[in-house]
Amino acid sequence: MPSGAVAEKKTKSSVPFDYNKYLRPNKLPHIWCPGCGHGIVLKSLLRAIDKSGLAKDQICMVSGIGCSSRTPGYVDFNTMHTLHGRALSFATGVKLAKPGLKIIVTTGDGDALAIGGNHFIHTCRRNIDMTILVYSNAIYGMTGGQFSPTTPPGAMSTTSRYGNMEPIFDCCELAKAAGATFVARGTAYHTQELERTILEAIKHKGTSVVEVLDQCPTYYGRHNKFKSATQMMEVIEKEGTVSVSQADKLPPEKLKGKLLRGILYRTERTEYCEEYRKLMEKAQQTK
Amino acid sequence: MEPATKTKKQVGLTGNSAVAYAMKQIDPDVCAAYPITPSTQIVEDFSSYYADGKVGTELITVESEHSAMSACIGAAAAGARVMTTTSSQGLALMWEMLYVASGLRLPVVMTVVNRALSAPISIQCDHSDSMGARDSGWIQIYSETVQEAYDNLFQALRVAEDARVLTPAMVCMDGFITSHAIENIALLDDSEVKDFIGEYRPKRSLLDVDNPITLGAMTLQDSYMDFKHEQSKAIAGAKAVVAEVGKEFGERFGRSYGLMECYRLEDAEAVVIVLNSAAGTTKVAIDRLRDKGTKVGLLKPRLFRPFPHEEIASALAGTKAVCVLDRADSMSGFGGPLFSEVRSALYGRKGCPPVIGRIFGLGGRDYTVEHAFGVFGELYDILEKGKVEKPFGYLKP
Ligand SMILES: Cc1ncc(C[n+]2csc(CCOP(=O)(O)OP(=O)(O)O)c2C)c(N)n1
Ligand code: SF4
Repeated sequence: MPSGAVAEKKTKSSVPFDYNKYLRPNKLPHIWCPGCGHGIVLKSLLRAIDKSGLAKDQICMVSGIGCSSRTPGYVDFNTMHTLHGRALSFATGVKLAKPGLKIIVTTGDGDALAIGGNHFIHTCRRNIDMTILVYSNAIYGMTGGQFSPTTPPGAMSTTSRYGNMEPIFDCCELAKAAGATFVARGTAYHTQELERTILEAIKHKGTSVVEVLDQCPTYYGRHNKFKSATQMMEVIEKEGTVSVSQADKLPPEKLKGKLLRGILYRTERTEYCEEYRKLMEKAQQTK
Repeated sequence: MEPATKTKKQVGLTGNSAVAYAMKQIDPDVCAAYPITPSTQIVEDFSSYYADGKVGTELITVESEHSAMSACIGAAAAGARVMTTTSSQGLALMWEMLYVASGLRLPVVMTVVNRALSAPISIQCDHSDSMGARDSGWIQIYSETVQEAYDNLFQALRVAEDARVLTPAMVCMDGFITSHAIENIALLDDSEVKDFIGEYRPKRSLLDVDNPITLGAMTLQDSYMDFKHEQSKAIAGAKAVVAEVGKEFGERFGRSYGLMECYRLEDAEAVVIVLNSAAGTTKVAIDRLRDKGTKVGLLKPRLFRPFPHEEIASALAGTKAVCVLDRADSMSGFGGPLFSEVRSALYGRKGCPPVIGRIFGLGGRDYTVEHAFGVFGELYDILEKGKVEKPFGYLKP
């Protein structure tokens, strides 16, 4: 096994999953801190891709800049690591030039919703076929823990020493309102469920957005006095969320302050590349 | 520059901390910024000063550099003293607004911690970011050391806000090499800073409601060019103000600054010209070569915009061969940006020495004393052979 290869423990219930099939072992070890959620998300993503049956060369993974955006460097697909905030614009170009590719964008909450917020809403509006995974750790991890548009009000960060005073963007509501046709939320705690959610997102035709709540113990955790990454996972990801399938059965007071997990919205609408092709054909006929 | 200093305290600070401290002492009205490596620590430190109530600044933590510079421009137009910092892609993303700040003649002052531009991604030092902004109408001052980055900031502010100039200014220092290195520096007292920079009272501003003005109005063929001509004259005139302010700084605090630094240049035959931290490495090489009796020297431009072409050409009179080291490539131009400027400055002068250009240090590639020896070696080869074989190219690794 090459030095960077990932070993999976054999468990009774499952055959070990061969992550190495999709990784670039010579690019490992990765840069993520111990306890960071990004690696857990990557593993769910790889298992979902495996289940989707897509060949490696059929996939193009695009990212912006940030800890989360380092993902494409480690995986053996067509990959592109671009500019902070611009992943979706680069991805749109790739998709229009090669509509046959499955586009998966890995981006951070800062990358997608702050500096890249404009591209986020317009990508959703166009309903262009791509899967957008927003690794939502409520902080700018890479640059040292500044608050982001998903940092809860009152939370501490490098740039909010007395608590964050800004209201948040709800990534899923924003995506839905902007026109995305598949909107879901998962967490790094619920790995099996996340895998299923991502698989559905990949299978969906149109813009699919999955917000994944994960943890940055190094900055968000330390600034907000969490004892460990596991405590963050328990408080934010496990106790802070409720599955949509259970939400109906729960009284309103049990839902207070909790975010919904699972597929939140799914609809069908004309996909951008198809519409584009139709327009081209029409224009060429009238010539 | 004299090493002696009248000011007492010597403190070990990184380049970034020193700049943040200078900003604290300046206490600008507004700072709008967005984090990017390697300049992040400046605003990080500054936001602690802000949180601790040490500054009266309005600190705006925006969602991108595009917004950061836009907010700076808005605040400066309203009459505020405004500062910010950035690096690399951040500066690239500000590009559109850089021209607005200078065109509106708003004296925003920004520290640029030099870093390479993508692609491929690199977080290490080179000057492609600030060189990309060289035609944006901003004054550019380069700093070799932490002390210079600190001192230059006060001076840049004075120059930018000078009624004869009214032009934004950027102070550059090398990413990581200077920004993250700890150096013992002499700090000014807060009162000394206050006295030196004075209060900023713009003659016209949007907050002066009794004298309403319009900014950025549409201009046509009859006037756009005249605005640009005025702007061009103002930034050219900044040269004299930079010299004046540098001299005054020396008189007050014991460290005087000119438009450039000449190191063992008086009788030098072979000369290297380079910006920022690489000058320090070159000085070490020069001292060693001088010990062996070789007549070598350095010219380190401090001011790059406006470019002090006459002063540089005069300083090079009598030299026999010159190499300009550029930490940025202008990608198929006639050599790097500093090389083209120096060569043009010398063109047509009597006894103009041969000038070669070498690109070095891109994306943080090390520049060592050995490299400097190599460059001087090339210059002596030219002197021996009497001809230049390769006017410009990349420095040998
Ligand atoms: C134009 C530009 N501005 C700033 C940066 C610096 N920068 C790199 S990553 C980042 C924030 C990343 O946060 P997020 O997207 O939430 O990802 P995380 O690191 O938390 O996974 C910033 C501000 C940059 N690379 N480019
Ligand atoms: S800084 Fe935070 S987001 Fe980045 S790798 Fe470390 S834990 Fe993860």
